[in-house]
Amino acid sequence: MIFFKEVILGFRYWVIASGWCFFRRNVNDRQDDIERAKTEGKELTKEEKQRLRKEKKQQKKNKEKKDEKASQGSEKEKKSGSLAAAAPQPPAKSTTVKTPSAVPAPAPVSVPSSLEAPAPVDKPSKTKAELKAERRARQEAERASKPGKKGEPGQQAASGKQKAPPSELQPVIKRLPEHIQVDNPDVLKKLAKKLERQQIPLRLDYGYKVSLFSHLHQYSRKAPLTQQLSIPSTVIHPAVVRLGLQYSQGIVAGSNARSVALLHAFKQVIRDYITPPNEELSRDLVNKLKPYISFLNQCRPLSASMGNAIKYVKKEISNISSQCKEEEAKSKLLNCIEWYIKEKIILAAKAIAESSIEKINNEDVILVYGCSSLVNHILFEAFEKGRKFRVIVVDSRPRLEGREALRRLVQRGISCTYVLISAVSYILPEVSKVFLGAHALLANGYVMSRVGTSQIALVARAFNVPVLVCCETYKFCERVQTDSFVSNELDDPDDLMVTRNGKTQLESWQEVPSLGLLNLVYDVTPPDFVDLVITELGMIPCTSVPVVLRVKNVDQ
Amino acid sequence: MELQAVLMAAGGGSRMTDLTYNTPKPMLPVGNKPLMWYPLNLLERVGFEEVIVITTKEVQKMMSTDPKMKQEVKMKLDVVCIQEDGDMGTADALRYIQQKIKTDVLVVSCDLISDVALHEVVDLFRAHNATLAMLMSKAHEFTETVPGQKGKKKTAEQRDFVGVDQSGKRLLFMANEADLEDGLSVRKSILRKHPRMHIKTGLVDAHLYCLKKAVVDFLTENKSISSIRGELVPLLVRKQFSKTLSKQKMKDDSEDQTQKKNDELLISSRDESLLQLAQERSCWNDHHGDMSEAYHGGKLRCYVHIMDQGLCYRVNTLAAYIEANRLVSQLLSLRCSCMSLFFSFTINIAMNVQLKCLCSIQGSVICSNAVIGRGADLKYCLVGSGQRIEPEGEKRQNKQAEIKLGSEISVLNFFSIQ
Repeated sequence: MIFFKEVILGFRYWVIASGWCFFRRNVNDRQDDIERAKTEGKELTKEEKQRLRKEKKQQKKNKEKKDEKASQGSEKEKKSGSLAAAAPQPPAKSTTVKTPSAVPAPAPVSVPSSLEAPAPVDKPSKTKAELKAERRARQEAERASKPGKKGEPGQQAASGKQKAPPSELQPVIKRLPEHIQVDNPDVLKKLAKKLERQQIPLRLDYGYKVSLFSHLHQYSRKAPLTQQLSIPSTVIHPAVVRLGLQYSQGIVAGSNARSVALLHAFKQVIRDYITPPNEELSRDLVNKLKPYISFLNQCRPLSASMGNAIKYVKKEISNISSQCKEEEAKSKLLNCIEWYIKEKIILAAKAIAESSIEKINNEDVILVYGCSSLVNHILFEAFEKGRKFRVIVVDSRPRLEGREALRRLVQRGISCTYVLISAVSYILPEVSKVFLGAHALLANGYVMSRVGTSQIALVARAFNVPVLVCCETYKFCERVQTDSFVSNELDDPDDLMVTRNGKTQLESWQEVPSLGLLNLVYDVTPPDFVDLVITELGMIPCTSVPVVLRVKNVDQ
Repeated sequence: MELQAVLMAAGGGSRMTDLTYNTPKPMLPVGNKPLMWYPLNLLERVGFEEVIVITTKEVQKMMSTDPKMKQEVKMKLDVVCIQEDGDMGTADALRYIQQKIKTDVLVVSCDLISDVALHEVVDLFRAHNATLAMLMSKAHEFTETVPGQKGKKKTAEQRDFVGVDQSGKRLLFMANEADLEDGLSVRKSILRKHPRMHIKTGLVDAHLYCLKKAVVDFLTENKSISSIRGELVPLLVRKQFSKTLSKQKMKDDSEDQTQKKNDELLISSRDESLLQLAQERSCWNDHHGDMSEAYHGGKLRCYVHIMDQGLCYRVNTLAAYIEANRLVSQLLSLRCSCMSLFFSFTINIAMNVQLKCLCSIQGSVICSNAVIGRGADLKYCLVGSGQRIEPEGEKRQNKQAEIKLGSEISVLNFFSIQ
């Protein structure tokens, strides 16, 4: 256990070292800009202010680093332990937006309790109290000196990592998102209050949850949220209610489909929206969208792609100038949405298909898992361009999405083989390459995809078969995760029940006290198992995902 | 606005003329409330704020004078009067109010007494973007016999044949026994798409329909359709599998016309291409085993929700009326409605009822202003308003319920009176 922590610590060091250098360089370059801006008397832009603050913070840290070299030993272990838990946590989220993607938000957060929890029990309590006191003092000082601290979560994660050097004990101010704190009754109460304010019914958890995942929501498909809504829904736009139903029943499933359907619903909302008097469209429309997003979140937790789409729409709405007339503003927004779909989904798919075709040779045997719309699209295009290959579709229960992929491929005339995931090691010697789709790509290069993908990647690595992940850039997420436990989605456990010959063995699973059914939806594949990520920006290695994210942020 | 509710209260009650010769069917008292209170209550509970009520002038007058309707129904009732002549069918009525209908419509019949969870029906309508969603229920045997009929004689009911798919939700086939002269024939196209079809005959149609706005527009074009249940619903169910919908054939004028008619039904929302894109990218299919996409590419879909448990009665026959009276106290006691008196769980007594001594009342409904004479023993009776039951009267040994309405003191049957 301790060895593992040291390994992680070592990794952190390496990451910090590289990150630090890059960061320092950046700071030096931009320092000139800031000086220039100051002398010219212009107000510093948001980014420049951020950079200034970060600079000051860095200087402070350097000073403290020298101070604290004394108490290295014990703190090192403690920090590594706490960071092992803290690192997988997504960095600072705002309370208002529940999307998993990061939003620069004012972060007056308190030290999460989990930070102290993983500290090894055998540490003398004296050190803990000392550290706490120091932390508090520093927090006060920082708060007094810098009002309105705003930090990009990416940077904060980097600064979080920079705190790993054992001498540092910066107040790691991170807030856990509410959707992974379901076992905390205070968080639930807060959520209930928020939903009540927005007039959205609270969806209750269902069934016994396996203890490892008791911090996640688990809903039943037979208890839809519409049960508690009034029938001609007045609080929530009917298009959004319809969408929520389609999400919870699985009619719209798959990252791309969900985003497109979401944007379609938003278009309806914008069309039917009328600015109330004495309100500005740019502010009021965003407030109108918040309860809808909470509602959709209750129906089914939002995906990373949806989160990015929502961020984009909100940004576009708030960028509408107040001089714009309502009709003009609305048509502008509708065009923006259409542009987003066209560029980020349709054209991206086209570009990815073009680059992947180079990777598909004749007489290839390609393995795909589940039903990924992008991978299917690539295979269709390659087939149409005349490549001769055959496909092995690997499927898994309970969703059995591979059947749909199989149907689509066979309908086009591609010759396919169908196996269940339990036979993947049997079939892999025949395979020449593996194409996987992704639900999201995390900032540390991990691939979040349908549960089972990491298995496929692992076995493929064991057989030395190249694994290519296809993913559009709008699915890139600034979250960091190294395991599938911290943040996941629990589907309805009753889906695991199957009726054969009129008998359902698991029918009374709730009555067996020691039995829990777990229906995970996603899992996380480490970048060591992925050989190439094909995006519309080109073919990049998994570890270059943070670069793409940084480029995207700079663009925006 | 998502849905508009329409209550069809112009029906004549042709199957219970004993009761309806005096009072129009929507105002028949059931458990001390007028019959149309029940569907209105259902709509109110679910969250509707406005209902369009299609009824006759007589009923409208009675409604405005009835205290129950005024106090207990909090929704806004938009009453539309139509002629009493009885030629107007339900579809004709919908056509009549076409101007008022701005969005999808939920049509309810005034004789529905049910505690169905309406969201089940409406969810089907929403989630699958269906053109029609309806409610049906497993029929219950009526336990008590009807007074005036000797023995348990079953009337020759015309059966309804309802065909649903594997999941029990998609409506594939609907026909009444009267229309099937030679036998039940199922189109091959249906069987090709849905090889497993369950045909049910013991279902009661609750006459609760969710219809898309396009259907109402379709009705204005096709003036020949006059009844929703009799003509429109079977037509829509048949149209799901109609060839002209799936293929685009524009051969000659006649084809053109049918194409136009069909296209009207398929008036889709804007951004249909986006919906298509979402459906394409989604890895969901409603059926497995053949090569077609979700819904077999069909745009017109009809769904049905079949209730297993719970109350669902259509009060259009005498037997149903009696049964409803008996069960309505159960229905109402589940909710906190204000009943004036409850002696036992199964009786229902209204205001101003005088009960003389030595009465024994069981399982009965007694309307307002009734006088129960001394020593009366009522079992499973329905005493209308303003009636008097005289003691030491006729002794009839028939085991039937008693129904008294109107101002006569005529007595049909007694169970036992001492």
